[in-house]
Amino acid sequence: MTSPARPLGRLSTTSRRSQRADRVATVVLWATAAFALALLGGIILYLVVASIGVVSPAFLFGDPSDTELGGIFPLFWNSLYILGLTMLISIPVGILAGIYMSEYAGDNRLTNSIRFAEEAISSVPSIVVGLFGLIAFVNLTGWGYTALSGAMALTLFNLPLLARLTEQALRAVPPDERAGSLALGATKWQTVRHVVLPLAIPGIITGIILTAGRVFGEAAVLLFTAGQSTPTHYDFMNVDISDPSSPWSPFRPATTLAVFIWKNNAEGLGNFVTEVANGSSAVLLGTVLAFNLSARAFGRYLSRRLTAT
Amino acid sequence: MTAAPTMAPATAPITVHIDTAMTTAAGSDGEGLSTVMKMAAEKLSVTYGGRVAVREVTIAVPERSIMALIGPSGSGKSTVLRCFNRMNDLIPGAAVTGTLTLDGEDIMPIDIDVVELRRRVGMVFQRPNPFPMTIYENVAYGPRRRGVKDRTTLDELVTTSLQRAALWDEVKDDFRKKSGLALSGGQQQRLCIARVLATQPEVILMDEPASALDPISTLRIEELMRELRKTYAIIIVTHNMQQAARVSDLTAFFTMAEDRAGYLVELGPTNQVFTNPTERLTEDYISGRFG
Repeated sequence: MTSPARPLGRLSTTSRRSQRADRVATVVLWATAAFALALLGGIILYLVVASIGVVSPAFLFGDPSDTELGGIFPLFWNSLYILGLTMLISIPVGILAGIYMSEYAGDNRLTNSIRFAEEAISSVPSIVVGLFGLIAFVNLTGWGYTALSGAMALTLFNLPLLARLTEQALRAVPPDERAGSLALGATKWQTVRHVVLPLAIPGIITGIILTAGRVFGEAAVLLFTAGQSTPTHYDFMNVDISDPSSPWSPFRPATTLAVFIWKNNAEGLGNFVTEVANGSSAVLLGTVLAFNLSARAFGRYLSRRLTAT
Repeated sequence: MTAAPTMAPATAPITVHIDTAMTTAAGSDGEGLSTVMKMAAEKLSVTYGGRVAVREVTIAVPERSIMALIGPSGSGKSTVLRCFNRMNDLIPGAAVTGTLTLDGEDIMPIDIDVVELRRRVGMVFQRPNPFPMTIYENVAYGPRRRGVKDRTTLDELVTTSLQRAALWDEVKDDFRKKSGLALSGGQQQRLCIARVLATQPEVILMDEPASALDPISTLRIEELMRELRKTYAIIIVTHNMQQAARVSDLTAFFTMAEDRAGYLVELGPTNQVFTNPTERLTEDYISGRFG
């Protein structure tokens, strides 16, 4: 049955063909990855170069001005404020909902349609979510254009995704770990709390980063909810949250940086349209990047603390 | 599906079915086996989503003994094992019927305290599954969950459990800091055994505990089992027949029926089952003539 041994130096047609396929696959995959990275690198490089001479302490921390370049601080603050408000609602509710869906709800027609709906909602065009927010959180509530309306609309947009991502992170925990804990006489909640959650932390952090990045950069949802106006100067000593001029108040119109970039480019008012657009975009990008890196670092710290690895 | 007949606490009615095997059995170390049954199953059947996985198994495990469950894959050994601590509850669509007792007390009713049952009937899994925590916290896990907070009590439990599981010497320097995951496979499995010992169970179930381990680690686990046998009743599922012959006092041989349902063919003292089985099926399996 055995054919005479062929010298290893000479390839058969089949192995030559499969080796060629192997090489082609490597090149194609490498090229696709390089293309994606080049696009990203190009954008970042463009923004960095374009924002040289624009982004300065005065640009970042100054109040808006018609005569001079810059002053994006109130907008930047609004972005952070709305991000904070949104995550304040989304993180606890999203994570608890995710835990429920993964550990308690089970698999039946109802829960599967909920999972489907969670994924569907997060792919609804954001302008549609914005218009829904206009009806629900601006008009029906009677709040008008406020930071809170914006944050509620963003929560609607993000909560399902965060719950779904949390659920997936929990489901990725090996069943052996759960069984090990239950077999030692731990209750279900003890098992979730002490074994499953710590192992799922990195995945949950990724979910938070993904959703927070979306919130921070989102414009369309906020156009008709958080409004397109903002006070040009904030007095941080004013902590009266019922006062619409206080930077801490959720009941005030709050244009975010992303909304401002859109508005600035669409309407082109003022003397420094291009510079302001470039500078603001660079700040937005830099902040998202900084947020991601610090969230990952925090996640690593947390999971080391919890898992002793 | 019929409801499980309620079983009044009784002293030893289950032994009737296999009493001859029990009373004549001698432990591998020469001691006679106890006639007190720690756990017993009578006409135990398990179905998964309507398909019968195990049919009418009647089996009893004396205290301070090791029973090996052997047989081909799919013969229901692990399924039976997982009935003893009600782990089958976790499998959607699984239904168990028959009688199952621990110290004569019925453990089948849906409303028994399963958490307490699992504390009394510990389990070691096929693949070592230490928690992602320090070695100390792994061992302290069970006691902590049932509310032990006192530092000295915990320290003592952890230390003695690691000693009994023959892991102490290897980890005594850094068991408070080192992660359980940083241990080798054999050490991890001994950690899992220590973890079970710390909950102070009465019965230990082992589901192929050495199948993922090298021969030296396997031997250490087996020595450990012989040691633990002095206190506990141990039920072990194994595919390794030398292992069954080496460690167990009693051997139960399972196989599959025409409809793929597992059933118990023969139960007896290990040396008898291996040298002079009463059933042809057992003999074929043990001598390697099986499929």
